[in-house]
Amino acid sequence: MGVEGIGARVVRKEDKRFITGKGRYVDDIKLLGMTHAHFIRSPHAHAKVKGIDSSAALKMPGVVAVLTGQQIVDDKVGNLICGWAITSKDGSPMKMGAWPAMAPETVRFVGQAVAVVIADSKNLARDAAEAVVVNYEELPAVADMQAAIKAGAPQLHPEAPGNQVYDWVIGDEGATDAAFAKAANVVKLDVTNNRLAPNAMEPRAAIADYDAAEEHFTLYTTSQNPHVARLVLSAFYNIAPEHKLRVIAPDVGGGFGSKIFIYPEEMVALWASKKIGRPVKWTGDRTEAFLTDAHGRDHVTHAEMAFDANNKITGLKVKTYANFGAYMSLFSSSVPTYLYATLLSGQYNIPAIHAEVVGVYTNTTPVDAYRGAGRPEASYLIERLMETAARQLKVDPAQLRRTNFITQFPHQTPVIMAYDTGDFNASLDAAMKAIDYAGFPARKAKAKADGKLRGIGVSCYIEACGIAPSKAVGSLGAGVGLWESAEVRVNPVGTIEILTGSHSHGQGHETTFCQLVAERLGVPISQVSIVHGDTDKVQFGMGTYGSRSAAVGLTAILKAMEKMESKAKKIAAHALEASEADIVIENGEFKVTGTDKAIALPMVALAAYTAHNLPDGMEPGLKESAFYDPTNFTFPAGTYICELEVDPGTGKTSFVDFVAADDFGRLINPMIVEGQVHGGLVQGIGQALLEHAIYDANGQPVTASFMDYAMPRADDVPSFNLSHTTTLCPGNPLGIKGCGEAGAIGASAAVINAITDAIGKNNLEMPATPDRVWRTIHAA
Amino acid sequence: MSTVKLTVNGKAVAVDVEDRTLLVQLLRDHLNLTGTHVGCDTSQCGACVVHMDGRAVKSCTMLAGQADGASITTIEGIAKGDELHPMQAAFRDNHGLQCGYCTPGMIMSAIDIVHRHGGQLDEATVRTELEGNICRCTGYHNIVKAVLDAAGRMKVSQAAE
Repeated sequence: MGVEGIGARVVRKEDKRFITGKGRYVDDIKLLGMTHAHFIRSPHAHAKVKGIDSSAALKMPGVVAVLTGQQIVDDKVGNLICGWAITSKDGSPMKMGAWPAMAPETVRFVGQAVAVVIADSKNLARDAAEAVVVNYEELPAVADMQAAIKAGAPQLHPEAPGNQVYDWVIGDEGATDAAFAKAANVVKLDVTNNRLAPNAMEPRAAIADYDAAEEHFTLYTTSQNPHVARLVLSAFYNIAPEHKLRVIAPDVGGGFGSKIFIYPEEMVALWASKKIGRPVKWTGDRTEAFLTDAHGRDHVTHAEMAFDANNKITGLKVKTYANFGAYMSLFSSSVPTYLYATLLSGQYNIPAIHAEVVGVYTNTTPVDAYRGAGRPEASYLIERLMETAARQLKVDPAQLRRTNFITQFPHQTPVIMAYDTGDFNASLDAAMKAIDYAGFPARKAKAKADGKLRGIGVSCYIEACGIAPSKAVGSLGAGVGLWESAEVRVNPVGTIEILTGSHSHGQGHETTFCQLVAERLGVPISQVSIVHGDTDKVQFGMGTYGSRSAAVGLTAILKAMEKMESKAKKIAAHALEASEADIVIENGEFKVTGTDKAIALPMVALAAYTAHNLPDGMEPGLKESAFYDPTNFTFPAGTYICELEVDPGTGKTSFVDFVAADDFGRLINPMIVEGQVHGGLVQGIGQALLEHAIYDANGQPVTASFMDYAMPRADDVPSFNLSHTTTLCPGNPLGIKGCGEAGAIGASAAVINAITDAIGKNNLEMPATPDRVWRTIHAA
Repeated sequence: MSTVKLTVNGKAVAVDVEDRTLLVQLLRDHLNLTGTHVGCDTSQCGACVVHMDGRAVKSCTMLAGQADGASITTIEGIAKGDELHPMQAAFRDNHGLQCGYCTPGMIMSAIDIVHRHGGQLDEATVRTELEGNICRCTGYHNIVKAVLDAAGRMKVSQAAE
């Protein structure tokens, strides 16, 4: 490892612009002649749009246009799509209602846009929106998932009778039933996984700029995957062919999944820009984010786990209801199915699993992938079940896990996934040591003497990351391939540009990706630039989500590097009159091994571009590209243990210690990896203690600002004690597993297991607010 | 419309704005100082924090007119040329930022915290004081470390002056 190579804690290259206020986010961009859009959104959860009177607004100075849902339908802009086909157990395809970018006839959630005002300034657009009169006829609404599937419930889409999108199954029902028939013990649990709002700190924004002479669009947008945005806007929404649409995602202020999707606002901005002949900018405010950014989680599950007389798990039965909101968002269908039920084996040897998932429409904001996407729900369920089982079977919860750990790899679970490697005992051991698990009873007794209820909670998570390979996801219904692309350009002076299809919105790719180049060539990272986020600059790529950018994106860079190095070695060998096999790369030089003969990288690059003296038949230039499609998902895993105290008088929870032992395979930059874990842990803790996107019975959102939705703040959470146990991922040459979602996947179960341990009652729903904890303590 | 006269990052400016213009709009839209961000519109998240006459204020929650005659410092105004403010350097060195969106407000709040508490900062105080700044990326762990680190650096640099 060099000072800037793989494994080094290199300070981030991108930080200077962010700490000096020179970041360039979408809302920071101004174009000449730019107009501003303000959306008119439904105040009703379910209503018919009977008419829109924009005559008064159009008379106001500075108002350019008021455009409606009917116009966007008339102009044949496509409906929003869902890109992952799921088949119900009866063989029928999932049942979806149409989702136009602005509603021409019917609104189905509060915040759905019916029209847009375009004006010379943001304030003028807001003023004019107040003058637009929309005549609604209210319809009965249903926000609660259990109410939505009952007979007689208000119906959202005629295409989906009973508000049911699909009824999907996985696993072997017969084998599972047989396991339960023979079980020595059965543990049952009902679990709600609370709905969350992603809340990246930068609200979504878009600027669309249509060039009539070139018939060309440019879209600046807050996207985690600009090429996917261009593809969807082009192929499905009829905005423009791909070569006439440039999508730029500049600095993006966090995503957490919510910026994967292509939203109505981008579509409308593009369409409107052409209609009015001027650039159109839209920047969401926080309430719009709560109303329109895809929410996360929102499951209701009943699960049963069968054990034999030796406390070995013999079977698992799960039935989950998943709330999709009012429309099927881009990847929503895959989240409670292939990203959830395929992880229900957890870290455990479970011979038989059967899971059924019912997808449900309600009059709420659409739900889609949010940090972890299905895997937090699976991990929470399994780890709550294990804790419940330990209490019921009266065994130590860590020991019950150990008894059931998978220890042989590869391991084929009954739910598709083939775990490639891992050492679950190692991460459990590391976490137990770090928190002094053995000393807990004494600490609990001391806390009791002080009037506090102390608890400890274990969570052993596993996730499937990388979100690949393409052939596998294609066979499961995905509409896209999930490889990644890279191009390595060595400039004639020897500096290097890496073009990547990954997108950084906080992950630090501008640093970590350079570290691979430094590792291989021995050049300083200051000689390397990472280019990403612009479809005009970078080859087609799939973007960043699912903890895939190192495991998949960085491997694509490695593949391109290997090709470039191979050519460069040939050039060096030719110049040094040596055999190519004898050339080694060290400290930015190509050396003939065992001699003092060497040629520096800039001289090799110059030779490649002057082409005066290249090996016979070699093309000039030094630039190579690669597309990398992995052979399997990756399987990061680890153990989180949380120790906390509950004040029985107030129900308030205080953290004592929180330890995390993760196995992410090889780490490129441990500092950045730790930062990813910290952030993920707090999102998991936020779900466990604070966060809940709530609707009233009529579908009115109750939590639509930071005044109502409890975001984790600095004084709500502890500092963390992190460590790593490492088994290298055999599925990619760098041995990387991915680290972006682990914290959010594993943390919430550790917290709830600890609180329920402290209060001595097992049933406690998230978020475990002081009020809810106090009521649970004092319930009869 | 009114003319608001104020000093921004040491420079005197006079800006004609609608009376309802917020201070953050004046900074971002009129002066192109886009380092100050808007994250919530309800005075909760602190992405918009700037200093007015040396005190941290949320620029999304005050009118530009209320800053008439005041001296405003934004994230763009705290480094001395190429020399970062100790708080900026501490955020970088401790990996106290990821996406960078909350960072300018965090740094401006953190400088104010150190000024008000001097050498009396500990982790619990920093966490309590940061209650008005929300970060979704870092889990606060490294932000807290950065602020404590900077508090030491600022004491040293004050002692040197």
